[in-house]
Amino acid sequence: MPENLFKINAKEYILPGTRACQGCGLSLAYRYALKALRENTIVTLPASCLCVLHGIYPSTPVMIPCLNNSFASTAASASGLVAGLQAMNRTDITVMAIAGDGGTFDMGIQALSGAAERGTDFIYCCYDNEGYMNTGTQRSSATPLGALTTTTPIATKQQHKKDFIKIMEAHDIAYLATASPAYPIDLYDKFVKAKKIRGTRYLHLYIPCPPGWVFPPKDTVKMGRLAVETGVTPLFEIENGRFRFTGRSKSMAEKGNRLPVINYLEKQGRFRKMNIEQLQQMQRWVDGKWQEYQRRAQE
Amino acid sequence: MSNVQIMTGNSAAAIGAKLSAVQVVAAYPITPQSQLAEILSQYIEGGELKAEYVRVEGEHSALTVCISASTVGARVFTATSANGLLYMHEQLHWAAGSRLPIVMCCVNRGVGAPWTIFNDQQDSLAQRDTGWIQIYCRNNQEILDTVIQAYRIAEAVYAPVMVNYDGFVLSHTMMPVAVPDSETVRDFLPPYRPHTILSPDDPRNLNPVLFPWRRENSAGVLCDGYMEMRYKLQAALEKAPAVIQETNRLFAAAFGRDHGGLHWEYRTEDAELLLVGMGSLASEATAAADLLREEGIRAGVIGVRVFRPFPAGELRAACARARGIVIFEKGISYGYEGALCSELKAALYRAEHQAPIHNYIAGLGGRDVKARELADAARTSWQAMEKGNYDQPTSWLNCYTG
Amino acid sequence: MSVKRDDNISAMCTVAIGEGGKTGDWRSVRPVIDHGRCIPSVKKKAACFLCWLYCPEGVVKATIPVEIDFDYCKGCGICAEECPAKAITMAREVKEHE
Repeated sequence: MPENLFKINAKEYILPGTRACQGCGLSLAYRYALKALRENTIVTLPASCLCVLHGIYPSTPVMIPCLNNSFASTAASASGLVAGLQAMNRTDITVMAIAGDGGTFDMGIQALSGAAERGTDFIYCCYDNEGYMNTGTQRSSATPLGALTTTTPIATKQQHKKDFIKIMEAHDIAYLATASPAYPIDLYDKFVKAKKIRGTRYLHLYIPCPPGWVFPPKDTVKMGRLAVETGVTPLFEIENGRFRFTGRSKSMAEKGNRLPVINYLEKQGRFRKMNIEQLQQMQRWVDGKWQEYQRRAQE
Repeated sequence: MSNVQIMTGNSAAAIGAKLSAVQVVAAYPITPQSQLAEILSQYIEGGELKAEYVRVEGEHSALTVCISASTVGARVFTATSANGLLYMHEQLHWAAGSRLPIVMCCVNRGVGAPWTIFNDQQDSLAQRDTGWIQIYCRNNQEILDTVIQAYRIAEAVYAPVMVNYDGFVLSHTMMPVAVPDSETVRDFLPPYRPHTILSPDDPRNLNPVLFPWRRENSAGVLCDGYMEMRYKLQAALEKAPAVIQETNRLFAAAFGRDHGGLHWEYRTEDAELLLVGMGSLASEATAAADLLREEGIRAGVIGVRVFRPFPAGELRAACARARGIVIFEKGISYGYEGALCSELKAALYRAEHQAPIHNYIAGLGGRDVKARELADAARTSWQAMEKGNYDQPTSWLNCYTG
Repeated sequence: MSVKRDDNISAMCTVAIGEGGKTGDWRSVRPVIDHGRCIPSVKKKAACFLCWLYCPEGVVKATIPVEIDFDYCKGCGICAEECPAKAITMAREVKEHE
């Protein structure tokens, strides 16, 4: 395993002393995304945790040019960067839109659907911490069933997580992948690959969030691993309609050693009010998706 | 060598954008702007204009695309009307706060609810607080010329410019328009020099959160708080009138047409009664002034061309000798009175001589406004003013208010 | 001492370390490395470095011995949690006033 570490770009693009929380899963994921994309990149992002990580005026810890824009507009902002760079003959620069689940699943969905439908040549990365975390853990359509949030504080979230992968697949895009900071090399490799592909590329990152999910910051990587090991957040790629598990999910699919979801749910305070019926629904939901992915992996 | 063609206002605007060599266009169709977007698509797909056309899925995204394309150094253009303008309202603030020289045509149309597709100026007037420069055109020639002027103004002031013209009345009406040659336009418009440009060569983070207070950066420079950054926008807009007038002067020298800078006047040299308006409504008022003159009332017209920044000083001077002022406008600040009226009254605050002012709301949702109706209203007001009846509540012209 | 005035007309940030301040102040516990157990130190060659891999802040230096930048380490404890040799413990941070 050490050999893999030394093949990756050693340069750091985020200077220490950011405002991200202790143990922030996004910090870890973004570190590897930027290592993969390197200098010749412009990112655009909305109001979000990442916007705060990128710093308050007049300083920024990130050594990559960044354009802030309003909450609904991330993918449109990227579309404008792509068009502007085309007009200025700088098509060598990679444009990455990066937004949270709120700025992707909810308010940002229209602009993303438009940009993807137009085949815009950019990377769209959704960092999914399953709620509006920057504003204090309100519910989003990415929040899983049974989770407590500040806007589902008693009854818990009543709907399953929106299947955004299906939505992006419906847009016939060039590359779609999921990744986790608990598996940084897999994440890094996917960004390296995405950088070389032309067209709309969508990367979905599963981001554990200590304050929002209610677990100690030291467990961020462990939580990310459990999410994969229970099949809640499988790691895969879809290219030209072909589905392929990667990393730990691939070995799980081969060995059949997926853990029951309770192992993951019981470690997070946000699921403490989940009832038995929701737990069973959650297990069935995970089973159903896993089986569908397995079927596709075998095609 | 004149190249006069008969064309609609939308065609004129499209030609203005083409001659200005815009590089990125993002526009979403909406009546009565749609033909403008279509003509630009023709130019781009047909190779007449080398530009990227981003067929966005909505107006909010249209302006967003313009914003980000502008930050990497491209000259950009968009256009919309009514509810489309309202939909992008958030981004109007964003564009101005970003200090980007975006030019947008607003083909003026009334706003819903209820729906109307016809002309009034409520859409653009409602955006007067956003920090955009606003110019109102009175005919198709002025539309073409103003789009070109707008780039020069925007790129000097570093503020976005909204070029307004009345939907259907101008957008769909054919008028003779002299089309300038592209060489002269190219000489008139220097290439866009962005004040800041997003590039990997010098990585910066653009438009993050600013705290309420000023803070030092790592080089010891005391950097602005939010309020200072916003003040800079206002300061720039206060310098804009000089830029607008200079641009008009240079345009007149290069192309032979003078559109009046901040405002224009018609028969005001000896006027006792002034009719004030914007866009095609002010044009119509010149015919009304002629009718009133025939009756012996010394009427004149002030056409407010630039609504933002509001030319308070110029209008104050223009109104100095009037004994009565009648303001006709195609919009109202609900809960009070017409915006133009309020702003003109404010401009006359503590003026040495204050004429009585009557406000008429006219032509909402495309209701036709005829010169004789304007003349009738102005005459009624003038007669009331002569009797010392200075105060009159805001009237709605040719509208059933019973 | 005159301070130079900001002449940006739009908000463009420059790159700087410690944008959020000396985030080492956030700690209530700090990682302590036992170099007698740390794999790269024991093997005297580049190996493991999972603490460097998993640090969200990038304050762990993959050197022999491993070094942590305590000006900015937030004390999240991920390095201690993930260390396969159990070479890192989280000890209580002692503040100046204590």
